[in-house]
Formats: sequence, C-alpha cells, structure tokens
Amino acid sequence: MKPYLREKIPEKLSEIPDTTAFEAGYLVTKNAGWRNFRPVIDSEKCIGCLQCYLYCPDGVIYKSGNKVSIDYDFCKGCGICKRACKRGAIRMEAEK
Amino acid sequence: MSINARTLNEDELFYGHKACAGCGGSLAVRIALKVLGERSIAVLPAGCMSAVGFNFPQLCFGNNAIISTFAGTASMLTGIEAGLRAQGITDFQAVGFAGDGGTADIGLQALSGAIDRNDNILYICYDNEAYMNTGIQKSSLTPFGARTTTTPAGKNIHGNIRPKKNMFEIVAAHDIPYAATASIGYMNDFINKVEKASRIFGTKYIHVIAPCPTGWGINTDETVEVAKEVVDCGLWYLAEYENGQFTLNHQPKEFTSVSDYLKRQGRFKHLSDEDIQTIITSRDAKWEAIHKNFKVVN
Repeated sequence: MKPYLREKIPEKLSEIPDTTAFEAGYLVTKNAGWRNFRPVIDSEKCIGCLQCYLYCPDGVIYKSGNKVSIDYDFCKGCGICKRACKRGAIRMEAEK
Repeated sequence: MSINARTLNEDELFYGHKACAGCGGSLAVRIALKVLGERSIAVLPAGCMSAVGFNFPQLCFGNNAIISTFAGTASMLTGIEAGLRAQGITDFQAVGFAGDGGTADIGLQALSGAIDRNDNILYICYDNEAYMNTGIQKSSLTPFGARTTTTPAGKNIHGNIRPKKNMFEIVAAHDIPYAATASIGYMNDFINKVEKASRIFGTKYIHVIAPCPTGWGINTDETVEVAKEVVDCGLWYLAEYENGQFTLNHQPKEFTSVSDYLKRQGRFKHLSDEDIQTIITSRDAKWEAIHKNFKVVN
C-alpha cells in the first residue's frame, strides 16, 4: 500500500471538498522531472541486501522478487542509493 | 526481535512528497511511519515536512495526517490521543514530526506540557539544525560555527556563536518515560528506537539528526554519509533515557576527524583552525560528561 497517482485531478471548485480534510495518499503530479541523473540497477551485481530501499528518502525503491526495482515516476535522482550500494550495482546515468 | 530492512513494513506511507532530493527529514519520517504503520496519526507543524507533504491536492501521507500550529504539535497530539480514547479507539499511535525549530524553540512549551501530563504520544524531532523551510535561519539547535542567513560568516564573527541546545537532556529532565537520540546514518538503531517507543506507555521523545543538503551545503547523495559521520566524529551520540537512567548505545572506538566532517559542508567552510579547536574541546567535554553520567553499553 502506498499513495498513488490519481487519474482525475480536481479542477473545479465544486470538486474540492468544502471541509479542511481530504483523502489520504492522493497524488496528482510526478516528481520525475526533477531528476538530472537516473539510478540504474545492475541486476547481475545486486544481491538484494535492500540497503538502497532502506535509505531512499522518497521510498521509490521497492522489493521485486529477491532484487529491487525503482519507481521512476517519483525518483528525484539524489544518488543516495548509489552510495548505499556496497556491491556497486547502481550507476547514475545522465537524463537526456 | 529487532526490525531490519528485510522485515520492515513494505507499505510506503510518505510518498510522492516534494522534499528536495536527498532530504534527510523525509527519510526519517518515511522510516518512522513504516515502523508505526498505517494506524498512526501524524501531526506536523509548519516546517519542511508539512510544506512538502500537503500541497493540495497532492497529499503524500498514506495514513491520517494533519498540520498543526507551529507551537502546538504536542498539544494537538494530546487532543488526538484523548479524542480517540474517548471514542473507545485504542489501536493507534499519535506521532508528531517537528523540526528543530518547531521543537526546541517554538514548540518547547507544548512539548513540556505534554510530558508533564504524561500523555500517551510519540514526539519525533527531525533535526536539520536550522529553519530550512523558510530559507536556513538559525534555530537553537544550530551548532556552533554554522553559517545561516541569520548568522552569516564574516571577518569578525564566524557564523553561529552559540552552541547547540541540549534538547535530549532537557526532555529527559522532565523524567519522561522514554527519550532517545538517533541519526538517519544509523538507520537500524533509529528503527528499533521508534519500535521500542511505540510499545511504551506515556510520552516518548526521539531526536533524530537528519541532514539537509540544501542548508548544509552538501551533495544530495551525501546525506546518509554525513549523518553517519557526525556520530563517528563524536559531535552527536546515540543514547537513550529510561527509568531515570541515561544509556549510551554506541561508543565509537576512535573518533574520526572533526575537521573532515566540518570542511565537507558549505555551512562550515569558513571556520578557522581556532574555531575547529573550540568545537573539538566542547566535544571532548561532552564525552567526559557522557562517560560520567551515562551507562555505556557496547
């Protein structure tokens, strides 16, 4: 379970609640545009130690089988995962 | 059994937020919520984590979360806990996430009151050592020598002239049921302190160091390393307070270089050798006091 992108974005005033409360985990924009470098996982080298998953400030690295994958919609490319990886299985590639 | 990366709850309860890349505070909030689970109710005062988490309609908390007044984090936690208890709801954890300014300056009175009443709440201070959300102004948890926009480094005065307030021991002096210090550089220690605090009845306080790449002048990928280094060089320590007893959880075998820790950060670049010596002297005095007053387990 995690907050996820909604298909419908409130546009009109009538679609916005008139109380101060709204649904939890309601995402309408991605963060991918912030990224200058993207982390790429070499699954040959990855041993599934999960240190990248543990230290990702955005929580975009998730378990996938006995390895990990990245949700590029929300990765900001900070590079903490690359530094956390003791096996050198993550490299940073420049976004074009 | 202690929680680790493998056994940690896979739910992400703080996701899609607009924190700067490499933000230490968001990492602390994310991990704490993974430990506490979706039945936790988060209270966030004005500060980075509320600014990045609630950009309506982008709401990044998967659990119930609310913005409080700047000074009222602990009061709102008190109200949430009492209100749910009155409705017969018991399976929840009221948790506050306030920054260093929201804790040690603006929210101190409310926190002190909550500890005095021993309300069953968990208060987590993510300490990035200045008011980062408004553009890096000095708080009372800004360390000696740090350059901020309100303590600029000039020819005569080299940044902040006052030492960091000892928030952990101020809280402990209330005889709180549980208080701890942590660092996001030692994540397993932090995880287990949050887990332990969630099982204790009464007011709990955790003070976690969470570097800010923007305010500290470090690269976005250095956050975790710097958070580890501040513990390794002895300028921060991992400790607990429980049953009237201070306990040191981690004794570095030998301190790493304070100068290396300071010089890699933009906010300390201007420090002279004399300033660094002042910092080392105060570190040594602190550790002498720790060895005198704390139980050391290693």
